[in-house]
Amino acid sequence: MDHIDFQQLKSGEVNLGTSIMAVQFADGVVIGADSRTTTGSYIANRVTDKLTHVHDRVYCCRSGSAADTQAVADIVHYYLQLYSQSSGAPPPVHTAASLFQKLCYENKDALSAGIIVAGWDKEIGPSVYNIPLGGGLFRQPWAIGGSGSTYVYGYCDATYQEGWGRDETINFVKNTLALAMSRDGSSGGVIRMCVITEGGVERLFVPGNELPKFWQGTEVLSPVKGKAVPEPQVVPMTVE
Amino acid sequence: MDHFPLNWGRPRNDAVDSYSTYPITQRPNHAPKDAFSAGIQHTQQPIVTGTSVLAIKFKDGIMMAADNLASYGSLARFRDIQRLHAVGEHTVLGAGGDMSDFQYIQSILDELMIDEFAAGDGHALGPAEVHNYLSELMYARRSKMNPLWNAMLVGGFKDGQRFLAYVDMLGTTYSASTLATGYGAHIAQPLLRRAVEGREDTLDEEEARKIIEQSMKVLFYRDARSLDKYQIATITAAGVHISDSLQIETSWSFAEGLRGYGAQTQ
Amino acid sequence: MTSIGTGYDLSASTYSPDGRIFQVEYANKAVENSGTAIGLKVKDGVVLAVEKLVHSKLLVPGANRRIQTVDRHIGLATAGLPADGRTVASRARDEAANFRDVYRSPPTLKTVADRLGHFVQMYTLYSSVRPFGISTILGAVDKDGPALYVIEPSGVFFGYHGAAVGKGRQLAKTELEKLKLSELTAREAVIEAARIIYLVHEDAKEKEFELEMSWIGPETNNQHVAVPQDLFNEAEAKAREALVSGLE
Repeated sequence: MDHIDFQQLKSGEVNLGTSIMAVQFADGVVIGADSRTTTGSYIANRVTDKLTHVHDRVYCCRSGSAADTQAVADIVHYYLQLYSQSSGAPPPVHTAASLFQKLCYENKDALSAGIIVAGWDKEIGPSVYNIPLGGGLFRQPWAIGGSGSTYVYGYCDATYQEGWGRDETINFVKNTLALAMSRDGSSGGVIRMCVITEGGVERLFVPGNELPKFWQGTEVLSPVKGKAVPEPQVVPMTVE
Repeated sequence: MDHFPLNWGRPRNDAVDSYSTYPITQRPNHAPKDAFSAGIQHTQQPIVTGTSVLAIKFKDGIMMAADNLASYGSLARFRDIQRLHAVGEHTVLGAGGDMSDFQYIQSILDELMIDEFAAGDGHALGPAEVHNYLSELMYARRSKMNPLWNAMLVGGFKDGQRFLAYVDMLGTTYSASTLATGYGAHIAQPLLRRAVEGREDTLDEEEARKIIEQSMKVLFYRDARSLDKYQIATITAAGVHISDSLQIETSWSFAEGLRGYGAQTQ
Repeated sequence: MTSIGTGYDLSASTYSPDGRIFQVEYANKAVENSGTAIGLKVKDGVVLAVEKLVHSKLLVPGANRRIQTVDRHIGLATAGLPADGRTVASRARDEAANFRDVYRSPPTLKTVADRLGHFVQMYTLYSSVRPFGISTILGAVDKDGPALYVIEPSGVFFGYHGAAVGKGRQLAKTELEKLKLSELTAREAVIEAARIIYLVHEDAKEKEFELEMSWIGPETNNQHVAVPQDLFNEAEAKAREALVSGLE
């Protein structure tokens, strides 16, 4: 290979091979994540919290290297404290997202970090920003990320609708993450969610044994039990 | 004793397997290891990417088009982004390649335009200046082995003059009455040339739009990283206009009766 | 000037026994000798105007501008040493650009005034430098609406509805106080600004002067630009008229 593989982690590194998500609705945003952290195929932590506070009304969902994304989130947290203290007001979500973007872009050679920033501010209201691997900045009404997300793009496209309220949005996030976790070996555990509105941040928790269930039928490998198997009726070829 | 003739005369490392029975193709390398050789690796790869940009000259100015897609490998990840960017009142920049680098370029140009605005000297940067600035920027970065991974078109109209030119990640530049980046350079460019060359001063906006629409359609048919949603920018004496998103109208019904891949008829 | 000869006025890094910094007070004198500059914060915008005294008939009209642009939406007018005005404007542009670079959004005027205040204050601390001999009026329309600040040579800054610095500031302030600033449009404020500058100039019976005016408001798309020629001419004509009728 003549180029660097960006997905490549440093050897022995802890990976958030993740399913993360954020969706905006009229009054706020719902963010969510699975809880699995792996080193290779070993689950280093099965109850991780990937929803990271960076300011009162701004959170981020982290995917990629745990070490990298924690370092970046810590730096942004520091900058946002500085910002709110010196300007006397909480930072806009866009400001937080821009700081993440700047760090991810300027250090793209060294980082493997895919981050979703979401929250509420008084200028814009709720907003969601996606900062994928190379350090671009994209605003979206809903964003998904991490290795698990690739399995559920179709579900999200087919399901999402504008104008949802809080509860519908929570359900969407919960179902999407459950589907991603069930297909992605690098995602799993529990679902953690946050609802961020002007009034505050509400934490929601779905235990690993109470995840929404979808199609669970068997994938037919052998004859279905209890059903008579018809004899194959082979008609010999007539020879003239 | 090192039994591999190709290792003779090289610095030896007795700590490692000097009686090795490796096959020759896997012989050990006793050369000193440079631990820092992989330490600084700049030349990255594009990650979130945009595809082609097209542009042509017409009677009143320049027309440029690019779709609204930012891909993530083969995943159509962001389907509502803008790849045409107005720079001041006389210039449009269209970019393919890495979108994070494009956003960086946008912020640099924004700062440049603010500096010029603050100078308040009655002069404004036109497309020729913006293009030259970009070519210097792109060449400087490729010379640091850390290129900005883009291919871009700069189109504009200022002081009664049309301007259209190309610049890419190597700092390569050229100018023509029809230009296309990426896949468009292979697929759309011949179509644009046939439709435009020799008619630059007579084509009206309507005709130019038809040519662009047709080319974007062909690109959508044949470029697997393209989208059927795109925007058109026109730059004329009246200034810059970037359209809302447009839909490419496609036709598929001719294929309904198609059967198999050879002699099959049903 | 009781400070002269006491030895406490030789350096900005030395207090007088009663706690004053004479070098900063002398800097204020430099401001007081300068042509007046005013700023009006009105309903939908900000207007800056300067009485630029022309010390030579050989000067090209429009030379040595005292109103400068900091960012698209921020302008600044200075009274005092013109060269110090260039330095402060240059620093203001750097601060605005730095804010944009870090936060990817236009700076609020408060942020720029805050940073610029710090910058100016640094020049009141050391014996190796002299304080800036200017007062700076900063005007902008930012995300919180119109804003107006003045930074003094000491580095302090305050927000104002209307501000005046330089030679004719007292009369100008009196005139500004008569206006219902929060009800004026930017266009109306331009007329008033020109009138005030002409009035304070007439009062001082100074040499030749040039009127300089800029504005930020809905008609400029919230950008800081010079007042367009037709409006400028109208405002200047009305200012002259007001002077004549005022003298009768």
